[in-house]
Amino acid sequence: MEVIFRILRYNPEKDSEPHYEDYKFDAHQNMTVLDCLHKIKWEHDGSLSFRRSCAHGICGSDGMRINGKNHLACQTLLKDINTKKPITIEPLPSLPIIKDLVLDMSDFYEKNAVVKPYLINNTPAPLDRERLQSNDDAEKLFEAAKCILCACCTTSCPSTWTNENYIGPAALLKAYRFIADTRDEAADERLDIIDTPNGIWRCHTIFNCIESCPKEINITWHISELKQELSKREI
Amino acid sequence: MIHKFDVVIVGAGGAGLRAAVEIPKEYSCAVISKVFPTRSHTGTAQGGVCAALSNEEDDSWLNHAFDTVKGSDYLGDQDAIEIMCQDAPRAIIELEHMGMPFSRTPEGKIAQRKFGGHTKPENPNDPNSKRIPVKRACYSADRTGHVMLQTLYETCIKNQVNFFSEYFLTDLIIEDNTCKGVTALDIATSDIHVFHAKCVMFATGGYGRVYRITSNAHVGTGDGCALAYQAGLPLEDMEFYQFHPTGLWRLGILVSEAARGEGGILRNNKNEPIMEVYAPIVKDLAPRDMVSRAIISEIRAGRGILGSDGTYYINLDLTHLGKEVIDEKIPEITGFARTYLGVEPTKESVPIQPTAHYAMGGIPTNYDTEVLADHKGNTVKGFYAAGECACVSVHGANRLGTNSLLDLVVFGRRGGKKIAEFLKTADYTDFDSDPKERANSTLARLLNQAGNEKTSAIRRELQENMMEKCGIFRNEADLKQMKSIIKQLKQKYNNITVQDKGKVFNTDLLETIELANLLDIAEAINDSALNRTESRGAHDREDFPARDDKNWMKHTFIRKSSDGEETKIAYKKVVKTRFEPMERKY
Repeated sequence: MEVIFRILRYNPEKDSEPHYEDYKFDAHQNMTVLDCLHKIKWEHDGSLSFRRSCAHGICGSDGMRINGKNHLACQTLLKDINTKKPITIEPLPSLPIIKDLVLDMSDFYEKNAVVKPYLINNTPAPLDRERLQSNDDAEKLFEAAKCILCACCTTSCPSTWTNENYIGPAALLKAYRFIADTRDEAADERLDIIDTPNGIWRCHTIFNCIESCPKEINITWHISELKQELSKREI
Repeated sequence: MIHKFDVVIVGAGGAGLRAAVEIPKEYSCAVISKVFPTRSHTGTAQGGVCAALSNEEDDSWLNHAFDTVKGSDYLGDQDAIEIMCQDAPRAIIELEHMGMPFSRTPEGKIAQRKFGGHTKPENPNDPNSKRIPVKRACYSADRTGHVMLQTLYETCIKNQVNFFSEYFLTDLIIEDNTCKGVTALDIATSDIHVFHAKCVMFATGGYGRVYRITSNAHVGTGDGCALAYQAGLPLEDMEFYQFHPTGLWRLGILVSEAARGEGGILRNNKNEPIMEVYAPIVKDLAPRDMVSRAIISEIRAGRGILGSDGTYYINLDLTHLGKEVIDEKIPEITGFARTYLGVEPTKESVPIQPTAHYAMGGIPTNYDTEVLADHKGNTVKGFYAAGECACVSVHGANRLGTNSLLDLVVFGRRGGKKIAEFLKTADYTDFDSDPKERANSTLARLLNQAGNEKTSAIRRELQENMMEKCGIFRNEADLKQMKSIIKQLKQKYNNITVQDKGKVFNTDLLETIELANLLDIAEAINDSALNRTESRGAHDREDFPARDDKNWMKHTFIRKSSDGEETKIAYKKVVKTRFEPMERKY
């Protein structure tokens, strides 16, 4: 079938602002959007820039806006999107564009680091064996630990669009991953960090994050758990 | 721009990050990576990481070592294997203490499952009794690599490690057998940065992208191995390249051995379980080289299943496992089958084919990760390598599943320790010539040369031919033909036009440099394969079907020669400690 990709292009060395360019080519419905971008780059226009690596939804490099929705290019098949009209491909919103579909992600990564995304446990670990944890407790953090830092959720959130200082759902999910870990001792410290107007209370339960998460993590549920944890604390 | 660091680590996957964690605070350390650390390929490892923890049943590190030696088809160096398997329980406990999430046993210990080639004697009192599969692979559902990579990265955030993300390696600077640093291109600007260092560690990963069907990420282009080779250093055992038996048909996306560890069965077009013939005792849990050959043999014998595009596959049957096991133990891989092939694994079989997966060969090192300058064991001062880019050799001719993640953390840490020791007395050595010269001339040449060749077309031709002629089954005629194809492709390379002439995030240029690396890697693999006239592990010569311990119990050291000349091959003895070579049956 013939498809048209309408891609938002921007080259800071040439363009004053981003503009759309159309690419028409033959494609198969089992091709992913990433396959199509490669086809464009390798056969039509080598100057198209985008990030990608594993090409099967683990590395989190190729989050982008596909027909207006945040998703991974490697995990979106043509058969699952409307190919009757031009398929629009844009970078994820609300982060600065470096070139074409490549964004400057530093703000996103810095917010992730704010929640102290590492295990804090000052009690000496048992010698020569693991810290014990029940499988149920382990599974409580599995969902959150699935996160691949693709930024699809944070950049889909209207609260992010209106307030660049909002920490965003990805960082909150990361906070949950450690707060819920029975091996961690810094839950209070992390709850303090997110208990701010630009922290968890900027989440208005809009659910965009869930819809855009390529790993199908129920991010809003995790954030609600944290909110409950905070309300308990206040009483 | 010139940076000075006591140590520069190139690569931010499992090995690089583990090494970075080990560098004491008093030394300055930079980690350079062509992708943001958590995008590294370690994250795609699925099934588990082995250690004889005995959490689920009795086991011992010696069992693990025996299996690794046997799995390596007796080409692995037994001293290094003993170090790895003995250190494995400590390494896994350490990851758990760092915060790595694991699936758990009812007592709350790290859960373990069966994996290909991992066995123990049926009678614990008789080491020579029949060997049966053992639960040795520690796992976190089927996301073991992902959570390991995240945990190591998180530990690096905690330790405030300096990262240079999206810096692409352009040169390895070795003068007078001393490593003095590297140069790297800042992808966002195309500026060349010089990293002047007292020592350098390569943890640059593998090169699966030399093959058409591969489980490897697009970044797996062997840049570190190629730069070492281009710098005149030898590469070891390049002929041993592992094909994982179960890649998704046509796509090569990995379907972990955990699927068979949990009970999955490979079936042919008559619905027969194929492995009962090829490995009657351990069946589907035979090592990867054997299972991959079994699959291709079935297809060649007309027992494959014909796919819609005219190619054949074999079925991986998981239907009998039940929805609960599938959803809980292997959710990720069954998700891939649904997304990419539209197959529902609880109800129908998953079409699979072997996929290029792992490089046993690479930059030769001793078991302290010091890079070897030659087959005699001399080292390059200040140069270290760990992980898939390195050849210690713990995997020999065929790696067992789960041992790659183990290799990363065991040897990443050992490298970090050795570097810390080296830095106590080391100093910077001045460059003899302009360190930027090579990087600048490469960029100038590639951006200015004009011809009618395309990077993507040459790469495709290389990958397809490597798959066909230097893949699972090999013979002299094919390998000789491949040799001349590589030469032709290298000629064509000089006529590539890089379309993107810009400085900002020029991935057209990067792919072209990566292609040069892949061409050199292919040359090293193919020439080593042509030279080794026996079959061992993953290297199967149809014209020399038997293993030949008398003549070939030795490592290949291949060295690039100057333009137009042939590569040079030397040999290094395999280190044997306690395991006598025997016939490899499962």
